[in-house]
Amino acid sequence: MTLILTPNIPDPDGFYQELTDAQRDLDETTANDMNARLVLILANHIGDRTVLTEALKLAAP
Amino acid sequence: MFSTYDAPVYPYVQSAEQASGTPARHKVVVIGAGPVGLTAALDFAARGIPTVVLDDNNTVSVGSRAVCYAKRPLEIWDRLGVADRMIDKGVEWKLGKVFFGDRQVYQFDLLPEGGHKIPAFINLQQYYLEDYMVEAAAQNPLIDMRWKHKLISLRQEADHAVLTVETPDGVFVTSADWVIACDGANSDTRRMVGADFTGQFFQDRFLIADIVMKADFPTERWFWFDPPFHRNQSALLHKQSDNVWRLDFQLGWDTDPEVEKREENIIPRVKAMLPGVEFELEWASVYQFACRRIDQFRHGRVIFAGDAAHQVSPFGARGANTGVQDIDNLSWKLAAVLAGDADEALIDSYHEERAFAADDNILNSTRSTDFITPKNAASKRFRNAVLDLAEKASFARPLVNSGRLSTPTPYVSSSLNTPDAGIWQGKMAPGTLCSDAPVTVGGTPSWFLHQIGGGFTLLDFGTQATPVSVGGITAKVLRVGEDLEDAERLLAKRYDAQPGTVYLIRPDQHVAARWRSFNPVEAKAALARALAKG
Repeated sequence: MTLILTPNIPDPDGFYQELTDAQRDLDETTANDMNARLVLILANHIGDRTVLTEALKLAAP
Repeated sequence: MFSTYDAPVYPYVQSAEQASGTPARHKVVVIGAGPVGLTAALDFAARGIPTVVLDDNNTVSVGSRAVCYAKRPLEIWDRLGVADRMIDKGVEWKLGKVFFGDRQVYQFDLLPEGGHKIPAFINLQQYYLEDYMVEAAAQNPLIDMRWKHKLISLRQEADHAVLTVETPDGVFVTSADWVIACDGANSDTRRMVGADFTGQFFQDRFLIADIVMKADFPTERWFWFDPPFHRNQSALLHKQSDNVWRLDFQLGWDTDPEVEKREENIIPRVKAMLPGVEFELEWASVYQFACRRIDQFRHGRVIFAGDAAHQVSPFGARGANTGVQDIDNLSWKLAAVLAGDADEALIDSYHEERAFAADDNILNSTRSTDFITPKNAASKRFRNAVLDLAEKASFARPLVNSGRLSTPTPYVSSSLNTPDAGIWQGKMAPGTLCSDAPVTVGGTPSWFLHQIGGGFTLLDFGTQATPVSVGGITAKVLRVGEDLEDAERLLAKRYDAQPGTVYLIRPDQHVAARWRSFNPVEAKAALARALAKG
């Protein structure tokens, strides 16, 4: 499997709103802590090491 | 302090060579009588090598120090006849608890695979282990233990090393075909040969304290991340023999080891960790650590083993455990070379295989260290996220790393291996340590590992294998169904055996080669290759 880089979320605006709403009232630290948990949860769901490595490379600054 | 153990004092005896002033030429001199040096003496003697051991002290380890001994070193000590006492005296724990902040995030039950003689590990104070091995060494006529003998200089010649040694009677000179340096992380021998010892230092300190608890306390391993009694640091509690408990407090870098070591500063830390528990302090020490290894395990006629060759963080108990496996790898090679049955290339394979293992250990212990002591805010955020999630979902638990217990590193790419042909299931690939299994021999229950390890073995699940020889080394046939019975069928299962399957097993109980049917030409070639004559 390779990292999906084409649109794959059926409801982009709805998802984006849910993501930002989830952190709307959070301070920086709390939001960052949540993001760390989210990364781990999603990484486990993906599971595929090749895909995870590709994602890390794409996200790197 | 030390209410539970009286350290023996071993007598200094002047050697005949020092008394007469006539230097002897020894086959092997081991420097250092710690767990690794003592294992070396016992293993070399078991393989017929007369061995002199020099130690600058005259007693066992001061303090419990290394307390966790893994399955493989215990199997090696079992081959050397000293493991039963250690296992009897040691403590086995099965339940581990992980705490984060003020709550337990999960617990785990170690459920080791059945059908092995030796447990996954035991906890035992290092001084007991050394004590038992010194006793065994004293009964072995091939071992010459010399206490209060300090190596002060070393000179290498083409085929031997010349050692200058200091004793209470002054200085004398001796020589040896081979010198095995087991003198620890601060090895003087390493400095004498000018070897590099490089790696990563960690800017952190740990306080370890042994306490005796006066009341019963469960035999469990407890690990705390950021506990309320010791904020922003980690702490560990686990049990040793004699109701002695090891406590481990991460201190951080900005602490004064001399101040932290004082009893009046330790007692409040223990009371905060174990409120209401009555205890006595036995021993304490403050340490910092590094992960590093020597450039070459062999420098001419000097061979390095244990912490003298590689240093790791304590997480995962990879120090002494790895050092003992160095000796397991070296002893049969040294015996073959001393007997003229192999060339020095076989000694060089010791570096190839054990440096590979050391790098694996350093990798694992560095990963544990980075989890326990995150190096920046982002790492700490992920570490805490893992711990938070571990409470709620099992997926996060394998990410929690409070030390990965030492397991043998397979020599997967060793030049001594004969690569597989054909398709195999299971773990017993060339370069891998042989798995144990229950067997019966002459109707009596025994263990597979007890049947191998004296020399090379051809384990035959068929009827065709015949002994093969290279030079003076012969691989003997051990036939399943004839020499031993695979009563529970676990041997065949673990070795993915079919009728006719044959394994070539090294004296250190590692797989050298395997085939689906026996061919004496292939077997002989594999034996030659395993002796670095390939």
